Amino acid sequence: MLELQELKVHFRVSGRGMRKAVVAAVNGVSLTVAKGDALGLVGESGSGKTTVGKALLHLVPITDGRILIDGEDMSTLNGDRERKLRRTAQMIFQDPHSALNPRMSIERSVAEPLILHTGLRGAALRRRVSELFEIVGLPSEFLRRYSHELSGGQKQRVCIARAIALNPALLILDEPTSALDVSVQSQILEFLRSLQRDMHLTYLFISHNLAVVRYLCNQIAVMYLGEIVEQGPTEAVFRQPRHPYTQALLRAVPYPQAVQPDRGPPLLGDIPSPIDLPAGCSFYSRCPVRIEGTCERIAPPPVRISHDQFVHCHLASGAI
Amino acid sequence: MTNAPLLSIQDFSLEFDTFDGVYKAIDHVSFDLVKGESLGIVGETGCGKSVTAKSILGLLPSPPARVRSGRILYDNEDLLQANDSRMRAIRGSDIAMIFQDPMTYLNPVFSIGVQLIDVIRAHDRHRPVADRKTRRQAREYAVEMLRKVHLPNPEHQLDSYPYQLSGGMRQRVLIAMALSGKPKILIADEPTTALDVTIQAQILDLIKELIEEFELSLVLISHDLGVVASICDRVIVMYAGQVVEDVKVKILFDHPAHPYTQGLLAAVPHPGRPDDALSGIPGSLPNLLDPPKGCRFRMRCGKAHAACEDAPSLLRLSEDQSAACWLHFEAAHA
Repeated sequence: MLELQELKVHFRVSGRGMRKAVVAAVNGVSLTVAKGDALGLVGESGSGKTTVGKALLHLVPITDGRILIDGEDMSTLNGDRERKLRRTAQMIFQDPHSALNPRMSIERSVAEPLILHTGLRGAALRRRVSELFEIVGLPSEFLRRYSHELSGGQKQRVCIARAIALNPALLILDEPTSALDVSVQSQILEFLRSLQRDMHLTYLFISHNLAVVRYLCNQIAVMYLGEIVEQGPTEAVFRQPRHPYTQALLRAVPYPQAVQPDRGPPLLGDIPSPIDLPAGCSFYSRCPVRIEGTCERIAPPPVRISHDQFVHCHLASGAI
Repeated sequence: MTNAPLLSIQDFSLEFDTFDGVYKAIDHVSFDLVKGESLGIVGETGCGKSVTAKSILGLLPSPPARVRSGRILYDNEDLLQANDSRMRAIRGSDIAMIFQDPMTYLNPVFSIGVQLIDVIRAHDRHRPVADRKTRRQAREYAVEMLRKVHLPNPEHQLDSYPYQLSGGMRQRVLIAMALSGKPKILIADEPTTALDVTIQAQILDLIKELIEEFELSLVLISHDLGVVASICDRVIVMYAGQVVEDVKVKILFDHPAHPYTQGLLAAVPHPGRPDDALSGIPGSLPNLLDPPKGCRFRMRCGKAHAACEDAPSLLRLSEDQSAACWLHFEAAHA
């Protein structure tokens, strides 16, 4: 369904009193998501996961690499391709409040993509919007309301209704439940799960919440500093994480239970700046098991663990 | 651990005047904090957990906030009656607070050192002149505090500005500030919510270490049950401005007593148990401009019945657990 080949998104930064520099937000990401899969893209803030999602939809300019959606090259857009892309792939954002126009009734918000992309007008349009409201579980008396009259969970349902209005095949969900309270989060997660099943959707689910990813996604890719360090089936990665960063990330999550599992010392330091990346492994500066002399010089190539699990680490390659 | 509470909140109610009416944010909340204890306050947005914490330190401007009833006793002194200069002496020296977003609480145009030394010298103003630190001593003390929170290279960092530090490092600086007055109680309002998980783990470890070193009692406000489980001994669950359950952590996860607590636990995906079914709590929070009569959770509760039209009060179920739910009254009297 979706394939990324060596995707790169670099931003030039400059300012008064500042030297010119390049931020490598996404630095060579290759990724495949099969039809009907839900891939969880996880990583800490600054790892580039949101930029990957935005680059897919050309919401940020792509520096290099290829994007294939349903076999079609979407790396560059023309009018036709763009219209097609917008119908095939839709995005849902973290903060539903800022994703809705406060001056539009939510009926109008949901109708927008239908007006732009289809010939639906009048009664047929209203019927389709009501239908979408029903799918996402919003009462029809909400149609005339404005976004400020809705709760966070309800607003996120409106955003979902708008995203699925054109029957897309791919949904990019950028932290869709992070801004919501837990009782509402679980309602939305359950709904997203059944929606995927009912509409045969493919999900790219961007999140920092590993528990949520484990609940919703069958595949996982872990990002660090603009690169994917490990990817594979969610259960395999959770059971036996291979990359030292994945291991540290999974260990750091506190469990909602009386006795915490023994987690050992936490990972030291912070994620480094994506300006002027080091030559070798991006995780070198924080890695507890780094090999001096190798890891800081040579970027680790992907190592195949099983047919669909990869890790980028010199230790896994066994070559050293 | 002695049994006399260090901090005791008794029958505390607080409301806000708004253009839409009177918002009854806190309704008859009572709980104690025992010396050496780590107490968690959990609940969803708007349940009153932050308002309760801020009230302890008198941080809510009045108007619009108005105390309706109750006492907040610290060392047998009612903080609600304390005047401004008395509160200033208590803040930081007896009770200190750290917040969710460290950047908001640091001034972007002053270096870390200037701000930290400022706090240290402000605490000194409540001491006799002879005991006050000189400028140089204050600077040395600032470095020592930064070292205690494991900020790398503290002498150098004194001259850094907040924007030059990462979120985790800023939170370390705020913790250093909070502890520089050697308080007995630390109130931490979602201290790790804005941080990444690996950084969250660092900060939680640090707080645990400092609790030992400074003999602190902790009030930790969080919506994350995992964070609460990893650091607290006891938990207060709040819903719509009321305490619905007061329970030891060792009991909470296996035997939650209040239907809301049960709902909250069932709503959180467990990172280690992906196959557990999730169930949301239907409906949404009641409007506290006009709170419902009786049990405030009644409209969302699967076990609501006729008795719930009257408000239940906290019932002691055991040494380690109390809950405000009629089901337990009925079980106790059956």
